[in-house]
Amino acid sequence: MGSVLKVANASLAFGEQAIWSDLNFEVQPGEFIAIIGANGSGKSMLLKSILGQQALTSGSIELLGKKAGFGSRKIGYIPQHRILGTDLPLRVIDAVRFGLDGHKFGLPIPSKSMKSQAMRALEAVDAEHLADKPVGQLSGGEMQRVRVAQAVISKPSLVLADEPLSALDLHHQGVVSELIHAQASEQKAAVLFVTHDVNPIIDYVDRVLYLAQGNYSIGTPDEVLRSEVLSKLYGSEIDVVRNQGRVVVLGTHDHNHHQDEEWS
Amino acid sequence: MHAALFDFSDYDRLIPLVANSLYAGALLALIGGLVGVFVMNRELSFAVHGISELSFAGAAIFLLIGLDVVVGSVVGSLAAAGILAFLGERAKDRNSFVAVLMPFGLGIGILALALYPGRAANKFGLLTGQIVSVDDPKLAAMAVIALIVVGVMLVIWRPLSFASLDPEVASARGVRVRALGIVFVLLLGLAVAAAVQVVGALLVLALLVTPAASALRLSNSQLWVPVLSVTFAFISMVGGILLALGGGLPISPYVTTISFLIYLIARVISWAKTKGVRA
Repeated sequence: MGSVLKVANASLAFGEQAIWSDLNFEVQPGEFIAIIGANGSGKSMLLKSILGQQALTSGSIELLGKKAGFGSRKIGYIPQHRILGTDLPLRVIDAVRFGLDGHKFGLPIPSKSMKSQAMRALEAVDAEHLADKPVGQLSGGEMQRVRVAQAVISKPSLVLADEPLSALDLHHQGVVSELIHAQASEQKAAVLFVTHDVNPIIDYVDRVLYLAQGNYSIGTPDEVLRSEVLSKLYGSEIDVVRNQGRVVVLGTHDHNHHQDEEWS
Repeated sequence: MHAALFDFSDYDRLIPLVANSLYAGALLALIGGLVGVFVMNRELSFAVHGISELSFAGAAIFLLIGLDVVVGSVVGSLAAAGILAFLGERAKDRNSFVAVLMPFGLGIGILALALYPGRAANKFGLLTGQIVSVDDPKLAAMAVIALIVVGVMLVIWRPLSFASLDPEVASARGVRVRALGIVFVLLLGLAVAAAVQVVGALLVLALLVTPAASALRLSNSQLWVPVLSVTFAFISMVGGILLALGGGLPISPYVTTISFLIYLIARVISWAKTKGVRA
């Protein structure tokens, strides 16, 4: 079986400013990859390029052997939590169904098969009790749980998660990480998981893609999350400290993010 | 005073005179009720107000230079809507623009009306609404607008709902979020232009926002909110016209009052429901 995603010599620059250049990596089916890096290192831009929303300056991105384009049905997308859907007549079950047919023109005419698929997706993330709740009334943890269901209902080959844990408390960070991992492995989907903090997902991560200063490094957590590797990436002294299974990166000026910073 | 507000002595003779207005009211209720469902969520309430002032200006200028008022109204509306659409999704930029645009449109409109040599009653109709102003060509124009607005709304309803709920995910799933936003604002412009003909520029919000706001107090259903919204808009419009007929006053106070009362009732019901749940 071929790779799910192939990023070849991909570069992105805005004017003079290079975000990243000559990015090369492939993602195999079922692989769980954490994308880590400073603010402005282009983590989200990489996801946008894969989604066909941001054109590369040069290079190519292939999804399942074809050029990645806008609106691929093979990608499930989970963004960071934001309050949504106030003043809209939408319930959780409607939002999950959008993962199947929300892009199609027409009216959302009730359908038994759609409803049962959406219910099954909700059950899989232990959220069937939320089905009839208005989307605007969900808590952050509930919202992200629902979004996992929405992202995997169409059985994607690749799940892109863009800071899905930000603004969640520690408990829900754990719950949502586990759900994304469990759902993706059940469907043999690969995951690209953008995060500031690798610790909530450290048990699931196969490889880490670390972006910094326009450079990158990819490999297993043990290969990449090391003082000498990151020091080279940043071009300055970085300390990676491991303590009881937790990884703390010191000296980057971006290890200590507050949740409210992530909203910008 | 009382007789001026409610006088129904010649009612059966008066009704046929406003038949066109009643049809127009029903059409407006349909488009206002449907479009309104998305107005609040997309933070467009204030934009509606701005569009309606420019729509008024367009209508007044066309009246002055002897052209069709409905066309003028549509031109003004679409100009405002077009600019708003290309300003993008950020409510903050949009709001300051609307705040700048609104008094300008109103001023131009009033200037055009002041220069207009015709009867005064026609003049203020564009601001405060009038019931006997809907002749056959006007009704036909409104029917065309209604057909376009409702037709396009039915086609874009689902992706527009998705894009309104969660633009990032919708875009990832292949919804052209920005294009849909532009199409919706243009539809909104058309709806406003039609509404200005009957309820007047100052009170368009009563038709494009209040019914949907009331409906959202009572339901979260994708089916029932639009149905209730259109129903409330219909009761306000047609009820307002029928009441206005008795008094010979502009229709807008009646329409806005009914619309507001429905909103109050909806609030009380939703308050009682949540209280009942907690008890």
